[in-house]
Amino acid sequence: MRTRFQQQMEELREKLLRMGGLAELAVDRACQAYTERDLTRCHLVLENESLINAGEREIDELAFDILATQQPAATDLRFILAVTKINADLERVGDQAVNIAERVMDLIELPAVELPVDIGRMATAVSAMVRRALESFVEGKAELAQAVLEMDHVVDRMRDEAFIVLVRKMNEEPQATQQALDALLVARNLERVADHATNIAEDVIFWVLGADVRHHAQAAGAAPRPERTEA
Amino acid sequence: MGVGIKVEHLNAFYGKTQALFDINLTVQANHATALIGPSGCGKSTFIRCLNRMHETIPDATVQGSVRIGELSVYNGTSATQLRRRVGMVFQKPNPFPTMSIYDNVAAGLKLNGFTNRKQLEEIVHKSLISSALWDEVKDSLHKKSGASLSGGQQQRLCIARALAVQPEVLLMDEPCSALDPISTGKIEELIFQLKEQYTIVIVTHNMQQAARVAEFTGFFLLGKMIEFDKTEKIFTTPSDKRTEDYVTGRFG
Repeated sequence: MRTRFQQQMEELREKLLRMGGLAELAVDRACQAYTERDLTRCHLVLENESLINAGEREIDELAFDILATQQPAATDLRFILAVTKINADLERVGDQAVNIAERVMDLIELPAVELPVDIGRMATAVSAMVRRALESFVEGKAELAQAVLEMDHVVDRMRDEAFIVLVRKMNEEPQATQQALDALLVARNLERVADHATNIAEDVIFWVLGADVRHHAQAAGAAPRPERTEA
Repeated sequence: MGVGIKVEHLNAFYGKTQALFDINLTVQANHATALIGPSGCGKSTFIRCLNRMHETIPDATVQGSVRIGELSVYNGTSATQLRRRVGMVFQKPNPFPTMSIYDNVAAGLKLNGFTNRKQLEEIVHKSLISSALWDEVKDSLHKKSGASLSGGQQQRLCIARALAVQPEVLLMDEPCSALDPISTGKIEELIFQLKEQYTIVIVTHNMQQAARVAEFTGFFLLGKMIEFDKTEKIFTTPSDKRTEDYVTGRFG
């Protein structure tokens, strides 16, 4: 057994899990900030962002170090490649949370209006996707990851529906345009978080099975999915 | 040009001890095929069965069929006839110590009764160019002995000696294990060029070397060939758990 190597791999795994926890927390806080118009949570998301950025650098450095010194192969090599890609996706999840928080900070200045869209329900679905994608990584289970891929359609549909009803709202009540536009952009941010969760799930499948399921290349029994998003 | 190798139901023994168990393998012409596996797994025994060196050990026997191109190795072909078509390079460079560089390369041809001096010179020149040694030794071909060269140069001299008899297959048994990284790099570069003209089978303990030079890799364990596939498959998504454990260092 290569003890030092195994220790480094475990360290990499733990660092990514911490990063995953931070990204998940950022999305949850940003969504709560939106639904509750809570400025404090917005600030927490912004503060959290520097931790996520530092985490991304640390993981990349450790992965680079392992690749350079240990020449990993097979499942270990796939694991490290998957970790570096998941790392980038988590950092972008953090960016989307910041975008939502900044949107909320603008929105709080405006009067509250009733909007025909349930951002809270969409946020719940997206958070579940991120959580399950990370669970599939923790458990090393491709079936859990596959379930995340299938959830992506639901979020895409929510975004499309939000778009239709919010545009109608803007047409019918021009005085609510700013609030409707903010809600539409938050829906888009959430849909992008869902895309990153999908990417993470694809990377877990690659690590566990060695199968590339990106861009419609399907694992056995998988439903067709939309293109991978580089948001 | 190189030729393919077809091995069917090969079993090898040292006395009553069986070292290889029912090996079946097809080596593609003009490709490099690497054999990997822990010490004692049978990979060197296997490669030595390809040019009938295994039977030079007392009590060692072979069963099964090996074909090098159209030549049946264990059915009516003499060892001398076979070794003209199958060159071999060993772990430790073994130039003839008292012979000059030129004579080392020409030795195989001279032994086969080749006497045309002009042609001999051409072949020695070509072989030393093919083994990427010419530029380093061209001014001392007759002055220096094979043993006076560095380890890496000696190994390339042995490759030139093997190439001089114009074989179709080149067997390499851990050719870089006694060499530094620079010399190893030169031999690997050479393997890459040589496979355009020869079929190469290389036994190596260095898995990264197998990954770098070979298109196909076979994993041996306890005398059996566990998995044979494209090299990238063996090192990224092997099919057998034992291969996975070996290439990731979890073995043992």
